[in-house]
Amino acid sequence: MAQAAQSIDPAASAEQPSAVVLGGVTKRFSNGTTAIADLDLAVRQGEFLSLLGPSGCGKSTVLRLVAGLIEPSAGTIRRPDEQNADRDIGFVFQEPTLMPWASAFTNVWLPLRLRGVSKRAARDRVMEALDGVGLAAFAGSYPRELSGGMKMRVSIARALVTEPRLLLLDEPFAALDEITRFRLNNDLLELWGRFGFTVVFVTHSVFESVYLSSRIAVMAARPGRIIRTLTVDEPYPRTDAFRTTPHYGELCNETSAALLLAMEEGRPA
Amino acid sequence: MGEAEASGRSRAERFDRLARWLLPLLVVVAIVFGWHLVVVVNEIPPYILPGPGTVFATLVKDWPILSGALVNTLAITTLALIVATLGGVGLAILFSQSRLVEYSFFPIAVVLQVTPIVAVFPLINIYVDNTTAKLLICAWIVAFFPILSNTTLGLNSADRNLHALFHLYGASRWQTLRHLRLPAAMPYFLGGLRIAGGLSLIGAVVAEFVAGTAGFGSGLAFRIIEAGYRLNTARMFAALILISAAGVAIYLVLSLASHLILRKWHESAIGRER
Repeated sequence: MAQAAQSIDPAASAEQPSAVVLGGVTKRFSNGTTAIADLDLAVRQGEFLSLLGPSGCGKSTVLRLVAGLIEPSAGTIRRPDEQNADRDIGFVFQEPTLMPWASAFTNVWLPLRLRGVSKRAARDRVMEALDGVGLAAFAGSYPRELSGGMKMRVSIARALVTEPRLLLLDEPFAALDEITRFRLNNDLLELWGRFGFTVVFVTHSVFESVYLSSRIAVMAARPGRIIRTLTVDEPYPRTDAFRTTPHYGELCNETSAALLLAMEEGRPA
Repeated sequence: MGEAEASGRSRAERFDRLARWLLPLLVVVAIVFGWHLVVVVNEIPPYILPGPGTVFATLVKDWPILSGALVNTLAITTLALIVATLGGVGLAILFSQSRLVEYSFFPIAVVLQVTPIVAVFPLINIYVDNTTAKLLICAWIVAFFPILSNTTLGLNSADRNLHALFHLYGASRWQTLRHLRLPAAMPYFLGGLRIAGGLSLIGAVVAEFVAGTAGFGSGLAFRIIEAGYRLNTARMFAALILISAAGVAIYLVLSLASHLILRKWHESAIGRER
């Protein structure tokens, strides 16, 4: 797949205005567990930010808070530049989360359909979104007829059909085999380069986070918090060749060390 | 080698398919033949046990009477199934919209379900005049519960993340029902419908029985009672065969409908390959 024509320098994005600002956010669930405590995070416009951490550190909770799917117990979540913030988000779950009774087309149409866009009016946008993930030929297929990777592509097309300014992904490729995963990594970067939306990407893979992100926030558990933020100073577009460079190795080492520290700190007393 | 294996497998498959309808057919033929032998050897008079030939002859001879009765029974059954579907699905949707409504009324639905209809019918007989209405109420009470309970379960079993997605895109209650909960409930509803189809036939027949021969009714159950009084045992068997056949036909029609509706997506309707 062709890489993004536009080149993005991660270092330059530091001056970008914020897309999402979390201030002192705490989330306590009704069963008493504190998923995240006093978390501050500013997501910059147009950046590719990964939330990296061991399971149970509250990464998914952060994502759901940003999406407005759950409410914080304390603190604020703001989207400074958005007029209609809650309608401007794409969300990709760990599972493809497609409606099994509907074709790929109807699944991708869903966000527009819920806003009252008719099938006829939505057709071009839906087909464009499917084409963007290389599945235009499978518009009429049902989810059960598609492979795991293809289902995830449909899920991404559905998230992008509304042309959101902010794309949230919750370990979307965790269940896929490595070859499919690498290919989807590249496709995601290509889409990101083309449309310039802001990405918050939850993962527990060091290698994936380094390959994709312009910035990585490493989280520790009990309670969930960000212990370190790393900038990945490798310019885009990135290709598979990046995976074999010494620089990639160094970045992975550094990120692994931060993750190890996070796991030490999050160990139950 | 591979080819021989493949042809061996396809031969086994063909045999399997043949055995599926041939074996039950052979068993039925054996039973009918055994029945015939018992009647002939023991010289049992037809008013006690008619032979299969006599029953078949009666079926043909009495067809004008029996076919009318069959149509009447099927009409009540179909009507009851339609009303049970409307009532069951309607109540399930109502329940799904509010927990409080579900808490309030679900126990009453259970009470209606567990009370034997035979015990309730004399009361219905007192309060309702119209015969068709009596039978319909009776069949409905028996048939609506599996639809209600299955559809309620189905409406609550849609994927949580899909619910989250609908919430994210600001879906209205109606949109969530229409595009998420109802399609997710479809396989459950169809399962309930298949059970309800058989039950509405049972409800209709039981109601006719309890209503007795009190000057009305001309369904199959009524014909069985009437023939019993006249010691027309062959006609009792003929009517019974028609009731069974009606039950099987209802089940097959509903199974086919279920298959056609679900075949594109649901595991239950997807043929296993290899």
